[in-house]
Amino acid sequence: MDILAILIPVSLLLGAAGLVAFVWALKSSQFEDPKGDGERILTKDWDDRPKP
Amino acid sequence: MSLAEEFGRGSLSACPACAAAPSAERIAALRAEGDGRIMLSLPLAHCAVCISTVEDALSAVPGVRSARVNLTLKRVSIAVAPGVTPAQLVAVLAAAGQEAHELDPGLLSATETDRQGRDLLMRLGVAFFAMMNVMLLSVAVWSGAEAATRDLFHWISAAIALPTVVFVGQPFFRSAWAALRVGRLGMDVPISLALILASTISVYETWMSGHHAYFDAAVMLAFFLLLGRYLDHRTRAIARSAAEELAALEVPRAVVLVDGAEVETAISLVVAGDIVLVRPGARMPVDGLVLTGTSEVDRSLLTGESLPMQAGPGMAVSAGEVNLTGPLTLRVTAAGKDSSLHRMADLVAVAEGAKTRYSSLADRAARLYSPLVHILSFSAFGYWMWATGGDLRYAINISAAVLIITCPCALGLAVPAVITSASGKLFRKGLLIKHGTALERLAEVDTVVFDKTGTLTLGLPEPVALADHPAEALALAAALAAGSSHPLALALADGARALGAEAALVSDIREVPGHGIEGLWQGNPVRLGRADWCGATPLAQTATYLAVGGKTHAFAFTDRPRPGAAKAVADLQSAGLQVELLSGDAEAPVRNLAQRLGITSWRAGVLPMEKSARVAELLAQGHRVLMVGDGLNDTAALAAAHVSISPATALDAARMASDIVLLGQDMAPIADALRIARQSTRRMVENFVLSGGYNVVAVPLALAGLATPLAAALAMSLSSISVSINAMRLK
Repeated sequence: MDILAILIPVSLLLGAAGLVAFVWALKSSQFEDPKGDGERILTKDWDDRPKP
Repeated sequence: MSLAEEFGRGSLSACPACAAAPSAERIAALRAEGDGRIMLSLPLAHCAVCISTVEDALSAVPGVRSARVNLTLKRVSIAVAPGVTPAQLVAVLAAAGQEAHELDPGLLSATETDRQGRDLLMRLGVAFFAMMNVMLLSVAVWSGAEAATRDLFHWISAAIALPTVVFVGQPFFRSAWAALRVGRLGMDVPISLALILASTISVYETWMSGHHAYFDAAVMLAFFLLLGRYLDHRTRAIARSAAEELAALEVPRAVVLVDGAEVETAISLVVAGDIVLVRPGARMPVDGLVLTGTSEVDRSLLTGESLPMQAGPGMAVSAGEVNLTGPLTLRVTAAGKDSSLHRMADLVAVAEGAKTRYSSLADRAARLYSPLVHILSFSAFGYWMWATGGDLRYAINISAAVLIITCPCALGLAVPAVITSASGKLFRKGLLIKHGTALERLAEVDTVVFDKTGTLTLGLPEPVALADHPAEALALAAALAAGSSHPLALALADGARALGAEAALVSDIREVPGHGIEGLWQGNPVRLGRADWCGATPLAQTATYLAVGGKTHAFAFTDRPRPGAAKAVADLQSAGLQVELLSGDAEAPVRNLAQRLGITSWRAGVLPMEKSARVAELLAQGHRVLMVGDGLNDTAALAAAHVSISPATALDAARMASDIVLLGQDMAPIADALRIARQSTRRMVENFVLSGGYNVVAVPLALAGLATPLAAALAMSLSSISVSINAMRLK
């Protein structure tokens, strides 16, 4: 059962990492335009150089 | 500009007689409006190519700093240097093949709603994370963890669950506290009690190395309830932003004459005493007196009359009327908040108060349910205290289990899930549900009252039996009508063209604003216009008259019915509803339309007060009335009715007063809306029965002390899922 001392913190840490990622995405307003973001990935406008 | 400011500027100026300086400043002040940020609505944008097209086209315009399309909201937000006008950008987009409309950014104040939505979503995310982790630990406990291992798992669960409950439960705690302070038991009081009791009893049990801890139940409860709350919030936010967009589409502008210069300005900056120019085809922005110019005005939005009125110097016109033929200059008597349009909106606010008194199904369920839960829980506590001879720990455990099991997870989802699903369906059909209880109220309707002009009809005239007129008269009329943009002339010219009538050769065609068109035909004067001007005897219905060589000839018109109007009326009648037509228009056109649509009960020449009185009378007789209308004269009736619908072309005030807005031109979705509303009310009731059914099975177990955390978790998740699935069955 010693393995629990490693596995439980690891699983909690992984879950917390997911939560932090979600909160970060929320704060940086990535849920403002889900449809537009889905379509934008298809355009080739800024494939060669980054958008200024 | 206020008087004080003007006075201050005057005293700074070296020569007080310089009248030009303040007016030049005024022009600058009026023009400065609208710089910085421009919002355009893009109703047809739908794909990646549209995004690139719009952003590239806008970025190429000098003065545009940045442009960003939001495809979800179908809007583009543009940062511009001063001097770039929305009209210019709309033209640029039109050239690029994208339809665009200006939006008033001041009205799109969605930031507060956004913040609330993000806040709820964040809490939902935290609850989900906690629920998943606690559930993993709980599964280990349920599958037989013993002694020290079980305690360890319980302690870790507590470490996750307690902060989560404190953070995630805040919306519930806050509203429960608010309810308690005014001495009511809302849905949130038992929820908060269950959350707190479940957490504390679990901590105590863990401390005592007990077998059962309810951490998973507490967190799961919070998650499902937040989900319901979030769905509810989202539905309302979508409706609100769509309604705001409709309002923001009408950017209120007026052309003010300052020392002879035309300045386009926002209506909020127009003050009484200003001189305003109204071009033909434009809506009066303000109340005023006509100074110069003759024209005809269409007041159908205000009174329901389909016949245009003549307007000349000295006549009073009010905001909302449409100027038809000639340019008019007005001296403003009242603008903005003081105008007759806004005074009407105040009337609506009064009637709105009455609507909030409607108690929804969810309210009624909560009123029945909250006391019951508390009584059950406390009596279980009392009974087990007595039965076990004062074992406090056992009794509290039982009463916590009862609270958790009866807790309205499914009840919290039952209504929001159905409403989200139904309003999404109706939105795709072109109906915007503005009010949370509108669907429930719509389902109860048994009488429908329609307005005529602009609602059942489009407000566009259509010539009657044009083919029956003598060819010569038709040819003359077509020639004269081609020279005017008056709606009757346009309809006549279109009708003649459709019949293939050749226009006669008429020379010297001249439009006399407010009267008609005249010209020379084979050396004789011919006229097309108003009856008195042509020397004809006026007909009872909308008509235009042709005078040639001392003889007159009348062309009668009817209003074109809205597409789908006949289908909507027929569907409503076959669904067993009483349909009535109340119009402010003259008798002949109303009778004509009623016969065309098969409405037997109709009244013409109805005043606005009579409309709302009729609605009130029907309500007093116990009928549930659906009012469909668009004009200012319908506003009071829309607000008084049980539930109301207005088309998107309606006046601001009317749209504000109604619960549902018809976004498209087609009227047929109204019958669909009724069907979906009835169906969704049935689903809500079914959902209540479903979640009640789970309680009927689980509560006796809990009361008997047989409920384990596993049973609570199963009942909760199963009932929530079955309620959501039932909501999605809506067709």
